[in-house]
Amino acid sequence: MFKGNFIQNLPKIYGTYTGGFLAFIILMAIAENAGVSKETIGILFVAFTVCIYAIIGYLSRTVQVDAYYVAGRQVPTVFNGMATAADWMSGASFVAMAGGIYFGGYTYMAFLIGWTGGYVLVSSLLAPYLRKFGCYTVPDFIGTRYGGNLARFCAVVVLALASFTYVTAQINATGTIASRALQIPFELGVWVGLVSILLCSMLGGMRAVTWTQVAQYIVLIIAYLIPVFWISSSGNYGIFPHLMLGDEVAKLGELEATFGLKENSKEAMAAMTFADGSPVKGLKYIVNSHAGVPDGAMAAWKFISLVICMMVGTASLPHILMRYFTTPSVKAARKSVAWSLFFIALLYTSAPMLATVSKLSLMDPSLATGIIGKSIAEVQSIDWYQAWNAQKWMHIQDFDNDGKLALNEFFMRGDIVVLATPEIAGLPYVISGLVAAGGMAAAMSTADGLILAIANALSHDIYFKIIDPKADVRKRLLVARALLVVIGAAGAFVASMKLTSILGAVAWAFDFAMSGLFFPLVLGVWWKRATRQGAIAGMIAGLGSGTIYLYMVKFAENANENIILGIDHLRFGIIGASVCFVVMVVVSLMTPEPDKATQDMIDEVRVPSGKTVLGKQH
Amino acid sequence: MSNKEKHWDKTRGLMMITLAIWFIFGYVVFMFGTSLNEGSFLGYPLAYYMCAQGSIIAFVVLIFWFANRQEKIDAEFGFTEKEGD
Repeated sequence: MFKGNFIQNLPKIYGTYTGGFLAFIILMAIAENAGVSKETIGILFVAFTVCIYAIIGYLSRTVQVDAYYVAGRQVPTVFNGMATAADWMSGASFVAMAGGIYFGGYTYMAFLIGWTGGYVLVSSLLAPYLRKFGCYTVPDFIGTRYGGNLARFCAVVVLALASFTYVTAQINATGTIASRALQIPFELGVWVGLVSILLCSMLGGMRAVTWTQVAQYIVLIIAYLIPVFWISSSGNYGIFPHLMLGDEVAKLGELEATFGLKENSKEAMAAMTFADGSPVKGLKYIVNSHAGVPDGAMAAWKFISLVICMMVGTASLPHILMRYFTTPSVKAARKSVAWSLFFIALLYTSAPMLATVSKLSLMDPSLATGIIGKSIAEVQSIDWYQAWNAQKWMHIQDFDNDGKLALNEFFMRGDIVVLATPEIAGLPYVISGLVAAGGMAAAMSTADGLILAIANALSHDIYFKIIDPKADVRKRLLVARALLVVIGAAGAFVASMKLTSILGAVAWAFDFAMSGLFFPLVLGVWWKRATRQGAIAGMIAGLGSGTIYLYMVKFAENANENIILGIDHLRFGIIGASVCFVVMVVVSLMTPEPDKATQDMIDEVRVPSGKTVLGKQH
Repeated sequence: MSNKEKHWDKTRGLMMITLAIWFIFGYVVFMFGTSLNEGSFLGYPLAYYMCAQGSIIAFVVLIFWFANRQEKIDAEFGFTEKEGD
């Protein structure tokens, strides 16, 4: 069917795949018209896409070390960009981000800036140099640059802690989506999600994850953009929402002024119950201005400090950095970062637009879909309200007993904005099925990248480099695969206990990573004087102080009183990374400078041409 | 100064410029959010626009620009990668 090798045919292969997926959507739309039930369409969407990923995973199986760890270093620039975008955009980006903007407005949008600007750091400070180094994993760089098993081990600990915090949230998201789409209990959904994730990565490691992530990116971006463009044009807001929603944002400001942004008291919120008497938990209402900037230096600092944490965290997360180990050259690694951010920006710039149109469709009293200001009895009789209320994701509480719905009396979960807006805006159910498949793709691709990052670090850096350096290829890959299953199972087990909310855990992963890894990585390339002792001390002190600070501001007694300068539990990385930097510099200067061989190695890393520092297979 | 040192000097310079532009779009803009929001672009309040699209687009353009500049620097000092390296 195709001439030439696999890499040359990639555009054709994924072009065909995209066409096939669009045809599948049309087929489902026809099926819906023919009277196939919503449940069946939901199941078909998720099952069909997951089967495709599993097939790609199977076809990409490998028995070679460099294919397993770095996809044979032959992933073309643009495709690596797509894979990174899928690796990056998690369940939180896909499902929670638009909802976060919906409720948090401008303040929440610090995440948008933080989760994109970090790539500037990745491209200018790290990615090309790590690619030249030729490592398989991030601790591989730390271990070789600084020398010694202790430095390598510390890096593995930071990597495992940050990635594991992140991965439980992703498995949790796959579980939520699988349970809703397949109509099974959440606890079972988590394990179904895990099996799907492992099908993509077990046989082919990085190679399989790369090619499934490209496929998952295509599904998730289609699933995100179709509803945004559809709602925007069907609501006559403009056919190109990104350029045309200025009036709508202004209108939201007017409506906020008309209805008033009233804050509910904690007592009143705590006293709310659903019809069956269970307390209302985790639901939000609109109290923040959509586009207004809060006054004062403290508000600006809170915005900026969150941006710092997310950006620096981005540049320290191993599952992202290791994607740039797979490009054919240093030059391609740099360009690939640019393409990654381009593909990420397609979704991130659409999230505020989705939040705007969905907010307006509920708030504007002149629209048929508007509910604020209407009588509560009327709203309670709407189908979607009843369905989501039964799921305990939506609630109405008439605080002032006037029978009319005020802005502060309507509660819902943030995730609804993406999952339910198509339905609320009156789009056919096939779009909701598509969105479920997109959410599943987003969560699965990130989970795969994270589990692989942890398993590879343990199998390569701990097992092969420290425990058994004489292990043959077969044994190494066997250990790598066994670890993949063990870590996935551990993640699923923690996720099934439902310990944290999705977003809390995601932000913590960034803070952990920046506390322990950012400066050892950056200074490893940019400061020849950085020594092994400095790096080890920096990693331990950074991670330690960050973790202690997190404990003090989140879990200790009177935790809120311990917060210094507004640095709360979402921002603890600022403390950790600063301590890491100071300790690393001071200890480095107190210890003898690195030997000639190390200095020459750093010189070699700084130029793109020539052989990688570590061999092709090591 | 050796060829390698000159190359690294220019590389470091490019990194500084890149991070300076990054700092402006990532931080400086949002230090003045309140006053910035009085202006508008495409009908959006300006600070809101910078969050929703402006800074993100600036980052994408910046990284492409950086990659091209760095390739030129590498070529200037003869450090361009050869096929099959």
